[in-house]
Amino acid sequence: MTLQASAPKTGVNVARAIRDATIAGLIAFGILLPLIGFETVQNMRNELALETRPWLLAIFVGLVVLASLFISFVVRPWNQHRRAVRPAGASLKGAALRAAFAKWFTPFALGVAVFYPVLVIWITGFSGAVKWIDNFGIQILIYVMLGWGLNIVVGLAGLLDLGYVAFYAVGAYSYALLAKTFGLSFWILLPLAGILSAFWGVLLGFPVLRLRGDYLAIVTLAFGEIIRLVLINWVDVTSGYAGISSIPRPTFFGIPFTANEDGFAAVFGLEFTPLYRTIFLYYVILALALLTAFVTVRLRRLPIGRAWEALREDEIACRSLGINTTNTKLTAFGIGALFGGFAGSFFAARQGFISPESFTFTESAMILSIVVLGGMGSQIGVAIAALAMIGGTEMLRELDFLKQIFGAGFDPTQYRMLLFGLAMVLIMIWKPRGLISTREPTAFLKERKTVAAKFVEEGRG
Amino acid sequence: MSATDVLQVEHLTMRFGGLVAIQDLSFRARHGDITALIGPNGAGKTTVFNCITGFYKPTEGRIALHHGDPAMWDELGALTDSSLRKRVRADGGLFLLERMPDYLVTKDARVARTFQNIRLFKGMTVLENLLVSQHNPLMRASGLTVLGILGFGVYRHAENRATEKAIQWLEKINLIDRADDPAGDLPYGDQRRLEIARAMCTDPVLLCLDEPAAGLNPRESGELSELLLSIRQETKTSILLIEHDMSVVMEISDHVVVLDYGVKISEGTSAEIRDDPNVIAAYLGVEQDEVESVITEPVS
Ligand SMILES: Nc1ncnc2c1ncn2[C@@H]1O[C@H](COP(=O)(O)OP(=O)(O)OP(=O)(O)O)[C@@H](O)[C@H]1O
Ligand SMILES: [Mg+2]
Repeated sequence: MTLQASAPKTGVNVARAIRDATIAGLIAFGILLPLIGFETVQNMRNELALETRPWLLAIFVGLVVLASLFISFVVRPWNQHRRAVRPAGASLKGAALRAAFAKWFTPFALGVAVFYPVLVIWITGFSGAVKWIDNFGIQILIYVMLGWGLNIVVGLAGLLDLGYVAFYAVGAYSYALLAKTFGLSFWILLPLAGILSAFWGVLLGFPVLRLRGDYLAIVTLAFGEIIRLVLINWVDVTSGYAGISSIPRPTFFGIPFTANEDGFAAVFGLEFTPLYRTIFLYYVILALALLTAFVTVRLRRLPIGRAWEALREDEIACRSLGINTTNTKLTAFGIGALFGGFAGSFFAARQGFISPESFTFTESAMILSIVVLGGMGSQIGVAIAALAMIGGTEMLRELDFLKQIFGAGFDPTQYRMLLFGLAMVLIMIWKPRGLISTREPTAFLKERKTVAAKFVEEGRG
Repeated sequence: MSATDVLQVEHLTMRFGGLVAIQDLSFRARHGDITALIGPNGAGKTTVFNCITGFYKPTEGRIALHHGDPAMWDELGALTDSSLRKRVRADGGLFLLERMPDYLVTKDARVARTFQNIRLFKGMTVLENLLVSQHNPLMRASGLTVLGILGFGVYRHAENRATEKAIQWLEKINLIDRADDPAGDLPYGDQRRLEIARAMCTDPVLLCLDEPAAGLNPRESGELSELLLSIRQETKTSILLIEHDMSVVMEISDHVVVLDYGVKISEGTSAEIRDDPNVIAAYLGVEQDEVESVITEPVS
């Protein structure tokens, strides 16, 4: 009898909209008054003076009020409408769409990644391509790889590691020092640096892995700092803050990318441009990242990978099933560190210069936020998050035209952290478990059904 | 008579600071029997399980487990005097569980357990739960992951066998249709049965069940009793059972041990236990000499 009453109301509640807008406006006024309402300037006598900016303040508060009204009058009714008119058929269509997306996204993304340099050269020509391949392509792929590496530790095994950058640093310094001291080639040192990193991962793991949750996080954080402090203070070996420069660059199977006559360009009868090295590096990091993904996918379907995920779900149950949880955690740490080490040695080879500056906690935090934003355990999610975060950062550098609007003193890259924060908050509201929070089962009898996020544990240790 | 025992608990004491959770407890569980451990709340039953399965290290006492050749029990004294934790031969093994870490109790001594609060891997599918519990044989077949990652056939065969075993158990507990659903999505009773199946997939000689009937309705309890009886009959696994549901205990257990405040107050067949005034007193929470009056008093 009260069927109509229980249906969601789709009308706009004007009183409520006005109340919401007023409250939002008041809050915005309170917060923005000190931030925007006042400006410190130096007057003629070189004194610090306070100037008020009532109009700017009014504009911002007005914007907030308008946004609130927009939500009340447009977004909310639209949402209600969508919810009201979404019968079973519509959600079926949504599911089909999602399935198609899931099926085609990976091959598509792979295709784009493989042909990216060609596309860039085609669009920007030879001269502009280096920047786009290096700053965007290579940079993003390094973080994709780091994200996937950390994903093994955090996403699969559920161990919160705040010091992942330590392994990146070990890989980078291993390559730099061994290459400079012994003159070994990149291809020999790459696995070696990875193994050294993994060794450090296991070494760190031994004492640390009896800790759980917050304690583990704090100790891994400390470990990351210790490695950095050692790099700074062990001046004889690492030359401290000065860093290591002129690190040997990778060669094309022995042929260096130089302008000499035995350089790559000369050997292949091409005109010399630095682009060849960049393209080569791009494909190296692409191959390394894909190796990481491939190994992770494979490992997930092996007993070790299942044990990692089981560990994230319930450690005590694992022990009751005869799983040696210490070894299981150590392998997760070690393999995560291995890929971090690969990425690190690639980083050193690409930069030609490394210093402790590159391995600060911010870096760990960045990689971790990529994993968390992407959705712990999801490869595609992590790749998308890396693309958005690193690509977004680089993109900010390209927004020079904003200077014409906001004046020459405006530097868009300064807003990086603000935008990160905003992205984090939005993700927390919209998808608290990351972009892709569902879990693909590793085995199935009849049908591979995706496991909904609400069942999946995030791990407490 | 020790020849047919699977488990001997002797002088087991477990203290938590000042609290004595178990005091000088001794009992035996025989091969192929269902042995029940009962007692009021807080009696120390779960603590006994945690000691047996290596989750707690007992303050004092010896917990010996045996499989295979019964003659091996004779070596118990020698093993205890040595600093070793186990003696394994082709035809059997003898284990001192109090010396072993938890995962080895399952892996080597082959004791499996379930938990009072269900501990399934809720975000993994039902099938995956059963595959995780076959971790150790699968790990061996995957050549500690190396062969597996290179895609060797050895591992694929092993995984197929593991899946078959999982299917067998799923059919037995009537969950074959839900094999690909997350374990957390199952109704409570199904989760209880899945946890038992998962424990059974480790091929135990002794299965320890902590209140498997808790939260089940009478029909489900009945099915559980049947499941346990058929497990015992078909796999020859001995079962150690903590249970508050007396209908289950009375129906299926061959031997009952009663704990109260960490002390064994009675032991015997279910019929003997039912009539023991000590037990009745413990359950009613009165002194033994008052039992008569409590029982005969009219219910007002
Ligand atoms: N880890 C621990 N630390 C301190 N005290 C503990 C610990 N584990 C158990 N106890 C105490 O030991 C006593 C026995 O607890 P136990 O859980 O074994 O009881 P139980 O017989 O399983 O009870 P229930 O029927 O309620 O499950 C209780 O007083 C409990 O508080
Ligand atoms: Mg208990």
